[in-house]
Amino acid sequence: MNPAHKAQLEAALQQVTGFIYPNEAELHWSILVVIYPYITGLVAGAFILASLEKVFKVKDLQPTYRLALLTALAFVFVAPLPLQAHLGHPERAFEIFLTPNPASAMAMFGFVYAWYLMVVLLLEIWFEFREDMVRWRQQSRGLKKLFYWLISLGSRDVSPEAVAFDHKAVYAITILGIPSAFLLHGYVGFIFGSVKANPFWSSVLMPIVFLFSAIVSGISLVLILYYVTTLIRRKTLDQKCLNALAAFLFYALIIDLSLELLDFIHRLYESEESIEILAELIFSKLFISLAIVQILLGTIGPLLLLAFALFTGLPNELKRLAFFIAAIFIQVGIFSTRWNVVIGGQLFSKSFRGLTAYKLELGGQEGLLAALGLLILPFVILYVLLKLLPPWDDARTSDTKPLEG
Amino acid sequence: MPKNYERREFLADLVKFPCATLLLGVSGPIKALASAGDEYQASEHHYAMGVQIEKCIGCGKCVEACKIENDVPMEPYYFRTWIERYIIYADGEVSVDSPNGGIDGFPPIESEKAILRTFFVPKLCNHCENPPCVQVCPVGATFKTQDGVILVDDDYCIGCRYCIQACPYGARFLDPRTHTAGKCTFCYHRITDGLLPACVEICPTQARIFGELDKLSTPLNRMMRQSNIQVLKAHMNTEPKVFYSDLDGEVR
Amino acid sequence: MKSGKIPNQVLQVGLVFLIVGATMILVRQRFIPESFGELGHYRADAVEVNASHEIQFAGWQACAECHDDVVATKNSSFHRTLSCETCHGPAAEHAREEAEEDPPLPTGKELCLTCHRYLVSRPTGFPQIIEDRHEPAKACHSCHDPHDPVPSERPESCAGCHATISRVIAVSHHAPLDCEVCHEAEPEHFLRPRAHLPRKPFERDFCGNCHAAGIETPANFRGVDLTALDIPKIEQDTHGGTLLCWQCHYQHSPEAR
Repeated sequence: MNPAHKAQLEAALQQVTGFIYPNEAELHWSILVVIYPYITGLVAGAFILASLEKVFKVKDLQPTYRLALLTALAFVFVAPLPLQAHLGHPERAFEIFLTPNPASAMAMFGFVYAWYLMVVLLLEIWFEFREDMVRWRQQSRGLKKLFYWLISLGSRDVSPEAVAFDHKAVYAITILGIPSAFLLHGYVGFIFGSVKANPFWSSVLMPIVFLFSAIVSGISLVLILYYVTTLIRRKTLDQKCLNALAAFLFYALIIDLSLELLDFIHRLYESEESIEILAELIFSKLFISLAIVQILLGTIGPLLLLAFALFTGLPNELKRLAFFIAAIFIQVGIFSTRWNVVIGGQLFSKSFRGLTAYKLELGGQEGLLAALGLLILPFVILYVLLKLLPPWDDARTSDTKPLEG
Repeated sequence: MPKNYERREFLADLVKFPCATLLLGVSGPIKALASAGDEYQASEHHYAMGVQIEKCIGCGKCVEACKIENDVPMEPYYFRTWIERYIIYADGEVSVDSPNGGIDGFPPIESEKAILRTFFVPKLCNHCENPPCVQVCPVGATFKTQDGVILVDDDYCIGCRYCIQACPYGARFLDPRTHTAGKCTFCYHRITDGLLPACVEICPTQARIFGELDKLSTPLNRMMRQSNIQVLKAHMNTEPKVFYSDLDGEVR
Repeated sequence: MKSGKIPNQVLQVGLVFLIVGATMILVRQRFIPESFGELGHYRADAVEVNASHEIQFAGWQACAECHDDVVATKNSSFHRTLSCETCHGPAAEHAREEAEEDPPLPTGKELCLTCHRYLVSRPTGFPQIIEDRHEPAKACHSCHDPHDPVPSERPESCAGCHATISRVIAVSHHAPLDCEVCHEAEPEHFLRPRAHLPRKPFERDFCGNCHAAGIETPANFRGVDLTALDIPKIEQDTHGGTLLCWQCHYQHSPEAR
């Protein structure tokens, strides 16, 4: 047995309060499993934001449509990595495609993921960018030309009829994509919500709560990215777009908070067998990450800030800054939400008689550095995507500007 | 170990439990006898375990035997079976402990408070008829055999640990050497060879009774006829096949 | 692109999806383990793998094949429920005559104390000792034969075995009463408890000796002076109908008034 692992378990055992089953000293789903729902939430949220523009015709959001799609794509590439890295046998992960257990919620992961990546995101992006890709190919040379030829799958037809078909296809895929995005993240919620052995997770509301927190996190991420990329590109921010983003963020956050409160009140009112240990958990080990970070800093604070910025006559510069700050706090809050669900749900014994501890390592396969790496990776991918498939209006091929990021 | 072992064990049981001889008219056990000695037929068995709380002395011999028999890591974080000690004080406080799974027995109680009830509870995988761990395994690496035992396929388990999360009893762990799920197998290698599980073999007070669920006149059935039977966390609807007699309501 | 025709780009995308999909299905067929699904949603071979683990504990019947005399002694003693390997450790190798050394002969006290050290949680009646007070200088086996252990002398108090009851009664209204007041035990009970069960009260009149109205509190009830006690009195003819006293009152801890 690996000495570092042994030392970690010894330390965990020291911090146990009350009684835990002897096998419960080891906490099994680490920070990597926190990152997984965090990232899929961003994917689903960004996609749903994109679909607001396409399906629900919220024209104000147009400047963020393509950015949101590419954001979703960048993050969806990374989504399975933390799971893969967390497996005891990563090299056997493919078995989930070979012999998926039809009774298992987790077995569906591969299929939900493949469906969402292949059928929804890649297809929608392909149709959305096809016309541009064809033209970018015509304008570039060498390797770049080859690349665009490859990803456009050799497509050449940019006749108005073909482009019109692209638009119809994008619309149809988006309509298909909304339930798919709901499926992708609601499904992640189901993985937790269906564990009847764990009263902290086991809740029919779990998929819905996951979904709305996903929408919140996706919108706020795109807001942050739109803000930052526009500033870096030294362009002007579209205030209407930011207002719309902030308004949607505000309403989604209200729904998210209401659902969380409903869940909380429901548990408190039903007051089942597990209520005492869960109360102890929340007031001791989870107090900072739940009450302070998730609720106060991550939800109530941003709500007030957004409300203040949206509904008072604040100058636009301050408004934008307020939106940006609120979005940052929301990201911290949502990460904290994922932490509280995944880690918090494992900090109490299933005997309901004691609490255990989780010590985050710095290095190692499941350490903080690996986690940070996985959180940074989607931004690197996004950077590359933005270079290759610039989503900005000024990079559109109807504009004759040369292609430079 | 001779293959016709089961017959000998059965005959030994007959001697030990004279009332069983009266019931020999029932055809089930005779058929089982007839098949003994042939190759093991999983479909002819349906295993379960009885645990008599009132007999457990908390010596921890079962925990030790299990670790030796099944090559379970000796570190105090991995147990296929373990013993819990419950102390219910007169003021209503409930204290539970299981130092190192009870493998070295238990220290005397320090508290001076008046005790209402106190007892030991051996725990292990319940080999549920309706196992949540099997339900959640994404690849089919843990499964219920034809004879009703929940096993892990070490060569196929991907180590996702969903089964560990899904088990309400804390009966599973991740083996640090194989990085696959570990759990009680009812000593599958022993029972298919006609032996008893190591914990049952070694228990000095016969607090554990192993046997067939669907056959009459077995020690297990005798216990289940004559005792008040409880299972752990019945509300989970997992239908455990480890049956406890005189189980206290405080046990979770 | 003409109307009514499938657009070019759909054909291109469709082709890619077809290739990817077909590859995945083919690869899947190739890699599914052979025995998977034979018996259920698992590798049937895994059952065999589980069944082929090496046996460590041979079982007492294996010991009996050579050590039949010791096993016979043990099997008719208080230790009949023990397996040989409970004390001597795993002996499958020894039984197969492959082991280089014999199974250990436990000599210290610790093994005996693992079961027989006094712990309040152990079941009532299970023989237990407090090691500091019970022949601290002697080895267990100098008085008790581990294959046929008997108490070398009569236990000093009933609490030695009936700990739960003695704890309960000690804090009850019946604390002044010795066990013998209600239970007459033959001396043999202390050596062969199950073979010589003590007597228990079986009629209302027994409790009436103290609790019936009009009966004077005995100054010498089987050797105990009870006059100092404020004993509750009842009309024996009407109180409780035909019920026996202990159907409502727990005699080892009768409820307060």
